[in-house]
Amino acid sequence: MNSLVVVGLLLVIMGLAYQSGWSRSRNLATPNGIRVHSRPQYHGTLVALWAIIPMLLILALWAYFGGDVIRAFTLAQLPADVAAQTGQDLQATLQRINALASGFGVAGDVQPYEQAAGEALRQFQFTTFLVVIAAAAGTGILALLYARSKITPRLRARNNVEFIIGLLLLACSGIAILTTVGIVASLVTEALRFFTFVNPLDFFFGTVWNPVFSSTEGGAQGQYGLLPLLAGTLMVSLIATLVAVPVGLMTAIYLSQYAPRKLRAIIKPIIEILAGIPTIVYGFFALVTVGPFLASAGDIIGLDIKAASALTAGLVMGIMIIPFISSLSDDILNQVPSSMRDGSYGLGATQSETIRRVLLPAALPGIVGAFLLAISRAIGETMIVVLAAGNSPVLRGTPLEPVSTITISIVNQLTGDTDFAGPQSLVAFALGLTLFVMTLILNVVALYIVRRFREQYE
Amino acid sequence: MDVMAGKVKMTQTTVESAMNPTDAPDRSIRIQAQDVKVHYGAKEALHGVSIEIPDRAVTSFIGPSGCGKSTFLRCINRMNDTIEGARVEGLIKLDGEDIYDPSLDVVELRARIGMVFQKPNPFPKSIYENVAYGPKIHGIATSRTDLDEIVVSSLRRAGLFEEVKDRLNEPGTGLSGGQQQRLCIARAMAVGPEVILMDEPCSALDPIATAIIEELIDELRANYTIVIVTHSMQQAARVSQKTAFFHLGNLIEEGVTEDIFTNPINKQTQDYIMGRIG
Amino acid sequence: MTELSQSNTASRSLAAERARKVKAGLRRRHMTEKIFRGLGIAAIVAALGFVALLFTDVLSKGIPAFTQANLHLEVAYDPAIIKLTPAPVREVGQSDAGFEQANLKWRSSLVLLNWNKVLEVAMRKSAPADYDIDTRQLLTIPETNARHILRERYVEDPGLLGKTISIDLVASANVDNWVKGNIDRDLPDAQQQLGADARALTDFFAENGTLTKDFATGIFTNVDSRAAPASAGLAGAFMGSVYMMLVVIILAVPIGVASAIYLEEFAKKSRLTDIIEVNINNLAAVPSIVFGLLGAAVFINFFHLPISAPLVGGMVLTLMTLPTIIIATRAALQSVSPALRQAALGLGASRTQMVFHHVLPVTFPSILTATIIGVAQALGETAPLLLIGMNAFVASVPASPLDQATALPVQIFLWNGNENRNFFEARTSAAIMVLLGLMILLNAIAIFLRTRLERRA
Repeated sequence: MNSLVVVGLLLVIMGLAYQSGWSRSRNLATPNGIRVHSRPQYHGTLVALWAIIPMLLILALWAYFGGDVIRAFTLAQLPADVAAQTGQDLQATLQRINALASGFGVAGDVQPYEQAAGEALRQFQFTTFLVVIAAAAGTGILALLYARSKITPRLRARNNVEFIIGLLLLACSGIAILTTVGIVASLVTEALRFFTFVNPLDFFFGTVWNPVFSSTEGGAQGQYGLLPLLAGTLMVSLIATLVAVPVGLMTAIYLSQYAPRKLRAIIKPIIEILAGIPTIVYGFFALVTVGPFLASAGDIIGLDIKAASALTAGLVMGIMIIPFISSLSDDILNQVPSSMRDGSYGLGATQSETIRRVLLPAALPGIVGAFLLAISRAIGETMIVVLAAGNSPVLRGTPLEPVSTITISIVNQLTGDTDFAGPQSLVAFALGLTLFVMTLILNVVALYIVRRFREQYE
Repeated sequence: MDVMAGKVKMTQTTVESAMNPTDAPDRSIRIQAQDVKVHYGAKEALHGVSIEIPDRAVTSFIGPSGCGKSTFLRCINRMNDTIEGARVEGLIKLDGEDIYDPSLDVVELRARIGMVFQKPNPFPKSIYENVAYGPKIHGIATSRTDLDEIVVSSLRRAGLFEEVKDRLNEPGTGLSGGQQQRLCIARAMAVGPEVILMDEPCSALDPIATAIIEELIDELRANYTIVIVTHSMQQAARVSQKTAFFHLGNLIEEGVTEDIFTNPINKQTQDYIMGRIG
Repeated sequence: MTELSQSNTASRSLAAERARKVKAGLRRRHMTEKIFRGLGIAAIVAALGFVALLFTDVLSKGIPAFTQANLHLEVAYDPAIIKLTPAPVREVGQSDAGFEQANLKWRSSLVLLNWNKVLEVAMRKSAPADYDIDTRQLLTIPETNARHILRERYVEDPGLLGKTISIDLVASANVDNWVKGNIDRDLPDAQQQLGADARALTDFFAENGTLTKDFATGIFTNVDSRAAPASAGLAGAFMGSVYMMLVVIILAVPIGVASAIYLEEFAKKSRLTDIIEVNINNLAAVPSIVFGLLGAAVFINFFHLPISAPLVGGMVLTLMTLPTIIIATRAALQSVSPALRQAALGLGASRTQMVFHHVLPVTFPSILTATIIGVAQALGETAPLLLIGMNAFVASVPASPLDQATALPVQIFLWNGNENRNFFEARTSAAIMVLLGLMILLNAIAIFLRTRLERRA
């Protein structure tokens, strides 16, 4: 109800402002044929902007401080002994009074002081609301009048409006920067808090991962060695790359060099479907189908393969990044000028000789960039490993056993826990920071290589 | 279309009668083309070209852009095979052998007919590797010294060796445009072809580099059959012994270079040479 | 002249030698060519095979979950069992809170009634006369929430007292498995989920038509349930996902398009725009889970936004999809021909007018497609949502973006972790089918709109 009133008020004043700016600038134009710099729409918009911005400011201030003011007022209405309550009790009392003030009422007997406070609060809320609304409307109208009075034929309303639009656009693109700043700031601060509990050396070079969730204060805090997780991450990513690179690269080569255009138009989108499937689906596929299949296949050849293992996760993750590698490599192979190909054919090279000896070397930097991007994606992938890697944070050399990865541990340590008090949950940020830095380096290098490659042939 | 075809036929009979065998220098015929048509998809780009190309001489194809001269050139070493949707009809013979015979190996054919392209296209490898590429893939060199010899002699014949002998391991793309083109010629010669096709080899080069290449072509004529496509009539006049004029996918007129430029028979050839078309 | 002819014959024989060498290598080279080409085909077949395998796997597992065993019972609301005061009526002067309390009291007395008895009577009526089965086993046949359903029917219509009506109830997960043959019938009793009597009765019900397999509408209409797995549905998760997608569309699209416009059309090439550009490219490749950490630290811990809320989930996904939308929009803007820009500027339009009146309308189809694809991506994302508490068990449909909720992919994750593997493998596959169906729908809409709009443009 209240928000409806506010939105309505804003709309009405905006409309009024636009209309008055519009008509005033229109009137300027008519009498003696003066040329007005900007068209009436721009004058209208400018006045509307003038009116709306101070109103929004006032409402924002109230939204931010209003709660505290109301709370202070309610406390002042209470008898001293009640107001002296702390924590839960005080909270409960305040809620009861709020319920009374809103007219919903409370169950059970109502204390007289509660009744009085509720009544007073209702009055106070009503008046403050009116005051805020009036203040907002008043400033809005004042600003409107001011802006209106400034309208002259020479006012560059369009430029002003466009300037504000430009500022808005700039602010929007600033959000991307803010996101990065937010990521870095939150990861770094929380990771630093973690390092007050655990020595960074123990974290980065520790070989045991055993984060004990203990209720005893200060007692066993567990061990937070990164290495088992890092080894697991690298092992899974390595397997994924071993699967995806040959398949992806050969797919790209076949599609870009051999396949007739029609076939390419059908196959390419089908393979790209793989890129659009949510990773949770891959995880399920790995856990339910691929894992058991590998385990029974291992039985046949006499290998003890665990259903949830680095191999299972890596294999499925490899499938996931095939389209990633194939479409990037495809793009890059297509960017190698066709004169290279012609040159090689002209010398009598076969198609595969041309591809292996001319196109691939020429495209190598770009393809390496694509591989790096794919590896970075594999390192940061979460759901497949959470479901199918088995979560066993022990340093092992074999891919046939369960492993744990950085991403698995982040999920395990942070899920459902938002009280970042102990190292148990804070370690997630240290892990996240490690992950972020690893992928960032890979991405920066890869993007740099790819960019250089593109410039070479432009 | 019928009218056009009739015109071509007529032109050819006139050309044949004009080319008096006693006037022309006696040269064995290396390449024979009969009624070659090229389709790109549904579009016919070349409407039946018949020509004979003499051994150890330079034959030039001239004509306005889009006239089909490059298309025809690319038929001679079957480069059109690599273009999707391109289809070649008619007969082309190299030393009496049909090059579109299904039993013929296009790889072998291209080893015999080298090609140099419009824009210099050295591979992104070292100068040495560029020249060694052909011999390597064809297995021509049996040893490293063999390969060295082929590379050096090819570079020498392309007149590039003295300029690059100290930097054979530097990338070929670092050379100047004219040097790159000569590198491409050396690369083509390293395979030991009998015929070299050149598709406007000087169009991307400055006049000095062009002069050097033209001189090179003149030298190479002693040992190779050379076919050059050019948009410059002066160049055709300077380097070639035989000239063929193409227009709108038809071979309009062919003959001894001097005759074509001084005494063209066909009206269109006259117009082109006078600069009225193209 | 002799020298020349000598060199001629020399070069001729050299050429012949070379030709011989070339010929010698041909067989091997064509073999290599065939192998290489074969490898390419093998790679494509492998990639296509993976797609096919994945889809057939999910389909074959999921399709059975769309039918479910239902019981059709004649339920008598026997006053002898249902002894209850009438529902409270609002008295004059009673506050909202007071009325609610009275209501609550009445409902708890309602809950205390022996609804299982009602159910048991109804079930025995459909069983053969004097069938010997103890009550506990008998009640493993319907889903555990059957008594709640009977009760809610009564709350809706107190007039049922003393009447007999037919009611459809969902059978329990174990019965469902038994009927569908997911359980080996020859297993010894100790390994069976259902008692011997209950199994026999189930088979009898299936024969006499009391139990049938019907389309499982519950998957779409019910919310998640732990106590009654057979009635677990996707409604809550679906609404959670819908709210999140709304948030993403409301936030990510305008911000993304605006930043792309700024960077592409207004920003002068400067250090700052260079940084923004590199930054956006890198953000696009940051692992999604890092966005989850950001959400947990900033939105939840710093701004104290509600945990498990679709609003927060949507905001996290917005930050994640922004780079995709920005990059795609910039690509679309770049592809607008300079001629159009120059024409607009030449007519005296300002830069802003040129962009908003001329460039943007032309690129609208591409931007729309990019947006839908970005939204589809966000729809399938799981990992960041786990970190902001959206994996909480929520047994209601969220009424607003601030309520606790979960999302479709997270629901898949949760079901996948359920102990009743036999039953939930199918449920999870069904949920995956719903999710994939939605994503395919979104992509199809994108393709459809693009072709439609491009044709008109």
